[in-house]
Amino acid sequence: MAKIFVLAEHRQGQVRDVTFEMLTKGREIAEKTGADLIAVIFGKNVKEHAKNLAEYAKQVLLVEDSKLENFNSEAYRRILSAFITEHKPSLVLMGHTSYGVDLAPRLAAALNLPLATDCIDLAFENGVLTVTKQMYGGKVNVKTNVKKAETHIATVRQATFAPQKPEPPANGQIMEIPSLLAEEIQEKRFIQYVLPPPGGVDITAAEKLVGIGRGIKDVANIPMVEDLAKTMGAVLSCSRPIVDKGWLPTDRQVGTSGKTVKPKLYIAVGISGAFQHILGMKSADLIIAINKDPKAPIFSFSDYGVVDDLFKVVPALKSKVSEIQAKKGA
Amino acid sequence: MDIIICAKHVPETAEAELKIDTTGKNVEKTGLVYDINEWDDYALEEAVRIKEKQGGTVTAITIGAEDSDSTLRKCMARGADKAIRMTDPKFNGSDGYATAKLLHSAIKNLHYDLILTGAQAGDDGSGMVGPILAELLKIPHVTMVKKIELGAGAAKVNRELEGGLEEQVEVKLPAVISVQTGINEPRYVSIMGIRKAMQKEIKVMTLADTGLGENDVGPSGSWISIEKMYVPPVEKQAEFLKGSPEEMATRIAEILKAKGLI
Repeated sequence: MAKIFVLAEHRQGQVRDVTFEMLTKGREIAEKTGADLIAVIFGKNVKEHAKNLAEYAKQVLLVEDSKLENFNSEAYRRILSAFITEHKPSLVLMGHTSYGVDLAPRLAAALNLPLATDCIDLAFENGVLTVTKQMYGGKVNVKTNVKKAETHIATVRQATFAPQKPEPPANGQIMEIPSLLAEEIQEKRFIQYVLPPPGGVDITAAEKLVGIGRGIKDVANIPMVEDLAKTMGAVLSCSRPIVDKGWLPTDRQVGTSGKTVKPKLYIAVGISGAFQHILGMKSADLIIAINKDPKAPIFSFSDYGVVDDLFKVVPALKSKVSEIQAKKGA
Repeated sequence: MDIIICAKHVPETAEAELKIDTTGKNVEKTGLVYDINEWDDYALEEAVRIKEKQGGTVTAITIGAEDSDSTLRKCMARGADKAIRMTDPKFNGSDGYATAKLLHSAIKNLHYDLILTGAQAGDDGSGMVGPILAELLKIPHVTMVKKIELGAGAAKVNRELEGGLEEQVEVKLPAVISVQTGINEPRYVSIMGIRKAMQKEIKVMTLADTGLGENDVGPSGSWISIEKMYVPPVEKQAEFLKGSPEEMATRIAEILKAKGLI
């Protein structure tokens, strides 16, 4: 029987959402190809997690080892390599996450197995694994064919597939397998988690956010948008490039590597809408985007769109808002 | 400390409107402005900062046609000492795996204490070259790095996890470190620096110099091949406001007022 592996991702006692998203997609592919879905989990004290995974998969391969308490891509690579060699799954799925991108390429190269990364869709078509990916920051999609092999490896983009528990639960069999790690990994060692320095602003608590992106061009232009935000009683937030340039502190960043926000209003100013940013703000009640590129992905997630020069629209909006507020106050 | 930095010459597309070309497998490149890949720019800066502190050399490597020289010149203007461009029509269509094999063929003959790459490229976004290169060189790797502290025979690095969290990891050297954007603030290049860099030599390597076969590179040496490229289907589209900036601003203000948001 063919097999499909899903590598469970967990951190600080929590199974990460991408695991259940992959199990859902993995089940669909397993059903179509007549394969068994197998969840794989490595860690320390993760038996409860394994029970949870068993509701989704036919079998759970569990390795308990104190040396696996924190993620180490080299430790994972060694154990997973042995499992792949033994079980020969047709497909191995892992998250296109900080963990997955550290593990998958080296695992694939070491086993000489083809890898497709950051997949937003996958299917076997006539025995060939075809995956959909994005290029150029999400502006275009590509359908790609993965080289034919006994086993294919793929990393899956987070929050792409809606997780769904099978009904009735799969009630999979949990197989505990002894760890093959004889000693701690020497070349790479986890030391500690590092939290970002606490900032003065909690953007997740704001009812209204005005987010700025690359289109703002220069740090000198930020006060213009800040002025609009203040006038509306909104808080200033931003996409990744603004933090990378050091123009705003990390605690203002919306997106996968920053905060997830759900305000009543989100005005995106000069943000093109890379998926990392979209995932952080798409649940806002009302989204208005101002961008000069009519094809910017942000417009697919917005209620209202303004295709024009933000340097003209933002001051105009600020004066209109002031006008309305002055009338109210009068 | 001898550092190698792998840099890719890519079109800047964040602000550009893209069209699919006639092959249906790539974007129309005419009119696009090329520069060093954003992630590699941070890797370059990190390499130069380490060299300035500790001494040693920085060697920049790229794969591409002659126009990629401008990315190598930029690397040298910013502080790289040497540059290598790997070029051959047979390299076209190489994915991250074939790219890593090519880089390996050049790097394995060089002396290095550290190899820096960007965590991904702005065009294909695969994010696989660094760890594969490390596997081929049989040295450790770390990805998504936002801070590097070098020690004796090892480096302490901060890796970016999700949601603002980072993890500190120690990695033995030599290693491949793939850096994330924001690790530093890349410097501007002086006119003097660019002038000086124009005179420096760029070593060119073709397939014959790599020791690799035709089947190791290009489409036949790759894991994935593009079947077709298309504009992502729009599931929902914003209602586009019309008129002058003032008229559109008025409309937004009305919407906000109607919803009780101002």
